[in-house]
Amino acid sequence: MTMTRRDLISGGGKLLLLASAAATWAELTGAEPAGDAYRVADHWWGMLVDIDKCIGCGNCVRGCSNENHVPAGFFRTWVERYEISVDSPTTAQPHVESPEGAINGFPPSTNENVKSFFVPKLCNHCADSPCVQVCPVGATFVSPDGVVLVDQNYCLGCRYCIQACPYGTRFINPETQTADKCTLCYHRITKGLTTACCENCPTGARQLVDFKNPKDPIHAILRESKVQVLKPYMATGAKVYYKSLDGAVR
Amino acid sequence: MIPGVDGFMYPNEVELQWSLLIVLYPYITGLVAGAFILASLERVFKVDAVRPTYRLALLTALAFLLVAPLPLQLHLGHPERSFEMYLTPHRSSAMAMFGFVYLWYLTVVLLVEVWLEYRADIVRLSKTTSGFKRLVYKILTLGSDNVSPAALRIDDKVGYAVTVIGIPSAFLLHGYVGFIFGSIKANPWWSTPLMPVVFLFSAMVSGIAAVMVLYMASMKLRKTPIDMSCVDTIGKYLFYTFIIDFTLEMLDLIHRTYESDESFRSLDFMVHTRLWFSQVILQIILGTLVPLLLLAAAQFLKLAAGVRRSIYAVACLLTLVGIFAMRWNVVIGGQLFSKSFLGYTTYKVQFAAREGLLPALGLMILPFVIFVVLVKLLPPWGEQPGHASASGD
Amino acid sequence: MRDIFRNAGHLIRPAVVLLAALGLFILGRGIFIPKTFGQYGHYDAASLDRIRQRPISYAGQDACVMCHDDQAKVRASGPHAHVACEACHGPQQAHAGADDPSAHKPVLPDTAVLCKRCHEKDAAKPKSFPQVVSAEHSGGAACNVCHTPHNPLRMKP
Ligand code: HEC
Ligand code: HEC
Ligand code: HEC
Ligand code: HEC
Repeated sequence: MTMTRRDLISGGGKLLLLASAAATWAELTGAEPAGDAYRVADHWWGMLVDIDKCIGCGNCVRGCSNENHVPAGFFRTWVERYEISVDSPTTAQPHVESPEGAINGFPPSTNENVKSFFVPKLCNHCADSPCVQVCPVGATFVSPDGVVLVDQNYCLGCRYCIQACPYGTRFINPETQTADKCTLCYHRITKGLTTACCENCPTGARQLVDFKNPKDPIHAILRESKVQVLKPYMATGAKVYYKSLDGAVR
Repeated sequence: MIPGVDGFMYPNEVELQWSLLIVLYPYITGLVAGAFILASLERVFKVDAVRPTYRLALLTALAFLLVAPLPLQLHLGHPERSFEMYLTPHRSSAMAMFGFVYLWYLTVVLLVEVWLEYRADIVRLSKTTSGFKRLVYKILTLGSDNVSPAALRIDDKVGYAVTVIGIPSAFLLHGYVGFIFGSIKANPWWSTPLMPVVFLFSAMVSGIAAVMVLYMASMKLRKTPIDMSCVDTIGKYLFYTFIIDFTLEMLDLIHRTYESDESFRSLDFMVHTRLWFSQVILQIILGTLVPLLLLAAAQFLKLAAGVRRSIYAVACLLTLVGIFAMRWNVVIGGQLFSKSFLGYTTYKVQFAAREGLLPALGLMILPFVIFVVLVKLLPPWGEQPGHASASGD
Repeated sequence: MRDIFRNAGHLIRPAVVLLAALGLFILGRGIFIPKTFGQYGHYDAASLDRIRQRPISYAGQDACVMCHDDQAKVRASGPHAHVACEACHGPQQAHAGADDPSAHKPVLPDTAVLCKRCHEKDAAKPKSFPQVVSAEHSGGAACNVCHTPHNPLRMKP
């Protein structure tokens, strides 16, 4: 009995050794060389969206889709067009649409009698994220640099996070059968590039923000303009700030 | 426009995430918790009238508990990864607890209680049967055939203790299922502190009704007379639990209507359209008010035994349908409206798909199959040595 | 006293079964949890690297400017100065990152589709943004018949 148990344990030990050897091998051969300049502790990512600049062209949605191979019919980012009746703003429901997430833009609207504008949406990369809170296994998490990510190798596909997200930004990727969402182009921003949506935005309505970078324009913007996050009463610590956001937007 | 969608949904919301299988999950765990609580009535609170259903209730609970994780498992994108819940349970996640609460309940509470309750029978059967059956019973004895009165007395004491632990565990099991929904602040249809309590009481209601139906059905099948004082007592408990359950649900409804917060217009519309049949007709009228009236009649009118039996049968079956509708309305209803409160989607049940009607039916039949096997293996009737007599001296 | 032990002896058995299961479970935990799990928080830190290693599709405009000085200069002098190259040309990492970019020559965008996406009149657009009702403005002609895409204010003769 004792013999077999000891055998078992040392067998487990061997397995562990093997695993750690494999890990060092990955470190040696991995795409990130030792001279990698990116340090997670130096960044705290977010985004700024300026409603007054958005022209609803859908470039961000296409850009995201091309960059991240988002499966058709699902969206890591999308754009909504709001039309709010000015006659009875308090009682009438706003009319909102987002045809196919605006991946092909919008059919032109000619209605000048309403207040109308575009609202780009994406994961808010909440600091106190409800999706992370409910994940049963630790497959979704806030990275040390403030990005909410999903570990595709660990996610069960239980969809609890999708239920918990107040913003509807998550979905099940039909190919991987795991939860999927905006990564804030983590593979780009950690290489010094901006996100695909910001790269493709013609008017600068979307701007990647690094709160830990003292030279980032966000500090001046936060100081000088009125900003808002979506559904602030959810108290999720959302880090996507909206400039000129209308109160009707949900 | 997108077919099935009215108004505006966030684009990822159009498809429902939690399907029919997730409706079954709280329904089945509810039956477990309810059946167990009924069993503990007799054991802990010494309600002797319900003794004929004690073992039946335990086996019902066990049969349903064995099936409870299957719908969850089937709906996962990666069922093979579900063991991660045990490896790295996330302490802040209500769902992470499921595995542990489940295992605790299954092994420490139900299996131990069933084993202790049946030990004398198992030992006896291991000696009187032969062949494969004998082997099964031999294994079930775990190698001990000490059934001396002293040993049985100890069994009874331990069994009592296990039941005492079992009651809060049953509360935990199902209250916690309610918490999974009730703690989602993003979803106003779910997010209420009443949710675990409502789940608990509806669980008791459905569990009691299920045991009563099973009891009456098996008596019919075995052509044995139904013990009227037993069903009358169960009927009484069903009636009172149901009143509490209904009060809580109405409290929730009235509270929502009176407060009329920003989600109200949307939810109100949903109840009057997409959920009208399942919520108002099935759950409230047919599944709650009618059985309540029937049970009240059986309680307060002097009816003949035959009439009371039919009343109980009808009331219990309606109750089971009503509680199922309640689970449906919670799980499916909570996903039919947009979190923007500007639109609604539709849920179409598929048939032969992985989360379709066919596997759901299978999962609903499976507990009964297990139940029959359990009953064959561990007959709940016949001369029970009875712990009441063992501890009553 | 000894009587109690003898008569409760059978209870040890389920307890042993439970404890054995518990032991197996603890052993399994040691083996199956990824080594990097918990390094930063309740997740596998290795997944950060896995996500970082995903390939990019958009090279970013600094890359284009390195080789396409001409177009960059034209663009910089006009209103499209802040419109990134790939916002019109689509993802071009395959072109820009190639050893021989001419082997992966991008397909040029069709201005009849391209310009309208941004410039078609829509009441919801900011009023200050230049918009045209393309049907009236160009009568269906492609926009580059008159405008130079990289600097649309420079009209073709
Ligand atoms: C390493 C240098 C290099 C980089 C970086 C580069 N290109 Fe090129 N590009 C070329 C060469 C070489 C050609 C081929 C010219 C030719 O064959 O006429 C070309 C051609 C093109 C053409 C014209 C194709 C045609 O039909 O005439 C476009 C459009 C283009 N590049 C866009 C881009 C964009 C957008 C980027 C930034 C993502 C980019 N290029 C980055 C070298 C580069
Ligand atoms: C507003 C959209 C737009 C932007 C921004 C843009 N291009 Fe173009 N580009 C075009 C179009 C359209 C053509 C096709 C030529 C035409 O129709 O005249 C073109 C053609 C080209 C060509 C082919 C040679 C030529 O000049 O016709 C190259 C090379 C090129 N672009 C590179 C670039 C680079 C590099 C950038 C960024 C500095 C850039 N483009 C930005 C729209 C754009
Ligand atoms: C990705 C979006 C985008 C595309 C595609 C695009 N533009 Fe532009 N265009 C802009 C932006 C942004 C401006 C600057 C607006 C401002 O200054 O407010 C602009 C400005 C202009 C102006 C200057 C208007 C003025 O009075 O200042 C003209 C003309 C123009 N574009 C024509 C074109 C033509 C022709 C095409 C197609 C070849 C085109 N644009 C494609 C985004 C785009
Ligand atoms: C027949 C030649 C011609 C064609 C084709 C043409 N444009 Fe123009 N466009 C002009 C001229 C000329 C002006 C400047 C007129 C003015 O200043 O009012 C102009 C101005 C513009 C402006 C600026 C308007 C403003 O209010 O500042 C935009 C935007 C524009 N064009 C977009 C387009 C788009 C998009 C297309 C393709 C659908 C296009 N044009 C096709 C001749 C043309």
